[in-house]
Amino acid sequence: MTVETKASPGVLETVKAVVERHGAVKEELIPILNEVNRLLGYLPAEALDEISNLLHVPKSQLFSVATFYSMLTTKPRGRHVVQFCESAPCHVAGGRKVWVTLMDALGIKPGETSADGKWSLVTTSCLGVCGVGPVMLIDDDIYGNVESDQIADILAKYE
Amino acid sequence: MKAVRSMVLVSSDPKSLERGAQQVFQRLQEEIKAFGLENEVSLSMVGDVGRHDAVPMVIVYPEAVIYGPVKPEDVHFLVEEHLYKGRVAAPLQASVRELSGKIAWLQARKGTLPAEQRIVLERAGVIDPTSIEDYIVHDGYAALGKALTEMTPQQVIEALSKAGLRGRGGAGFPTGTKWGFVAKTPGKVKYVVCNADESEPGTFKDRLILEGDPFSIIEAMTLAGYAVGASVGYIYVRGEYGLAQERLHNAIAQAEEMGFLGKNLFGTDFSFEIHVHGGAGAYICGEETALIESIEGKRGEPRSRPPYPTTHGLWGKPTLVNNVETLANVAPIIRNGAEWFRGFGTPSSPGTKVYTILGNTNVTGLIEVPMGVTLREVLAIYGKGMKNGANFKLAQTGGSSGSVIPASLQDTPMDFDAFNRAGVALGSGALLICDEETCVVDLARVLLKFFEVESCGKCTPCRVGNERAYQILTNIAEGVGTLQDLDDLLMLSDNLYQLSNCGLGQTAGTPIRDVLTYFRAEVEAHIRLKVCPAGVCSMSGHKVYQIN
Repeated sequence: MTVETKASPGVLETVKAVVERHGAVKEELIPILNEVNRLLGYLPAEALDEISNLLHVPKSQLFSVATFYSMLTTKPRGRHVVQFCESAPCHVAGGRKVWVTLMDALGIKPGETSADGKWSLVTTSCLGVCGVGPVMLIDDDIYGNVESDQIADILAKYE
Repeated sequence: MKAVRSMVLVSSDPKSLERGAQQVFQRLQEEIKAFGLENEVSLSMVGDVGRHDAVPMVIVYPEAVIYGPVKPEDVHFLVEEHLYKGRVAAPLQASVRELSGKIAWLQARKGTLPAEQRIVLERAGVIDPTSIEDYIVHDGYAALGKALTEMTPQQVIEALSKAGLRGRGGAGFPTGTKWGFVAKTPGKVKYVVCNADESEPGTFKDRLILEGDPFSIIEAMTLAGYAVGASVGYIYVRGEYGLAQERLHNAIAQAEEMGFLGKNLFGTDFSFEIHVHGGAGAYICGEETALIESIEGKRGEPRSRPPYPTTHGLWGKPTLVNNVETLANVAPIIRNGAEWFRGFGTPSSPGTKVYTILGNTNVTGLIEVPMGVTLREVLAIYGKGMKNGANFKLAQTGGSSGSVIPASLQDTPMDFDAFNRAGVALGSGALLICDEETCVVDLARVLLKFFEVESCGKCTPCRVGNERAYQILTNIAEGVGTLQDLDDLLMLSDNLYQLSNCGLGQTAGTPIRDVLTYFRAEVEAHIRLKVCPAGVCSMSGHKVYQIN
């Protein structure tokens, strides 16, 4: 997951391509934001400006939508985003201990990004893979039945 | 479709993959080829087959023999015995618990599939979910054909009403009545929306239906469009369900190609199209008016009701919103008739219910059983008992807005009305089973944390009430709670129920109320004795002074 800076020329092209693929209609707003977020790693202000122009949606409304949904973020994140499920089924299956280990291993708290820009840690509500809790998601990789002593090995897989 | 003698399916849920399902699949490919059977045997990976006790599993049809757990080195023997010589490779068979007593009426083929009654999941794990041909071979589109050529829209709705189908999203509203409302509302433009924003913690039944049998939802939505007079449908799938979205896109494309979606279906003047709309991560969008707002490209904040979506829904037009599991029941009812459907379940709640069993049982996973089965039966038969022989303490149903059900209610039949009478809710079908090492304060705290995070913030009782309740429960868990806190919690729970705008806020206080009804002594121990009986809570705020 790469993070573009605000001045990056790639942002506008990405936005245009995504809007073209979905069509510049309001009902496609959330799918558009979703895809831009996935491609750029977050939603830079510049991207929101461009979407606002193309879809004729006020910036205020766009910002209110972009900050409402948990899969969208307006702030840059680390190279790898670790999402840990904090819902009851994972909690009951031993998630509490794993969570403490995970925070220790990364050295950051939920919502933070590590100083070297490698990791961001966020908590998430149920991911719908409760049969194998506790569950965590690193970028697009799902890890189930996670135990505390596996955390170091799992994290070591990521550059 | 190529005719094959045997069909071999390999489970590929996350647990199976972790235990080598991919290697088993590869070895099967090699061995089937080595025995020269590649034209007689079809082989596919089928995702989650709803059973996780012996994964990876290999299921061989038409005999429906389940093997598991299968290791790559077992594959040679399996192929030689079953596929080449044609006899069951008994040493590799997955164990099956035999049935007795009260639940023996459940139809089960001894030694084969676990005793379940499958209507909703009849094809999941059996067909190739990416092939419309396979769907059609398994009775697919028979219901739509029958409805469009032999039935009027009114008759379709009557069939659902007669069958007594009730919404499976949690509220249990009669489906036929809802369809009737939309059909009666005048208007040229109407919409059918499938609510696949499944986000209740512990619930993943809809994901498995969408991944395992996506065409059944497409067919049911088309039927709904015919019945209520709509020509456009939307499936709102939660953003995290990537595979489900992919399968739906594929299913829609194939249905369009085969003429099951599009203009003038079955030579009638009825036309229907379906769009898939992915969410972006918000629990509240499972609430039907929030979902509609989200499709319109706005924040997913619930609207005030009335007016209801049946008259003022998507873009202000009459809209039918149904849950995935509800829709999955529609085609079987049309195909087999209302009487057939009433043969399952209880008189007030006919049919089956899909549950996800989670937590401290020996087996976790997905089951479909008739309405009215009790919690005790589910635990003993499908959960195969409590892990490590522990005692059953409580079950939390229906995700976070469900109830906390104490062991004393485990013989209450699980249907909408019996649960209502007992003062608890069936919810969306999650059964989080907890043993005595679970602390009720800790559990309630986690549940309230969920609502605090997922409240959309539009109305005050929910935005502030959940946060306040979470703080109070945290205080109790840290050993600094007071008895006054318990009264405050009950008041908050009551306020949430009476004053919140939508179902999220209204049900958010349920865990608090249930915990204080059934487990008050345990909560009071945290306050009066500064002790967590289950040894879970930190009690870190309570200082113990020692006298030297």
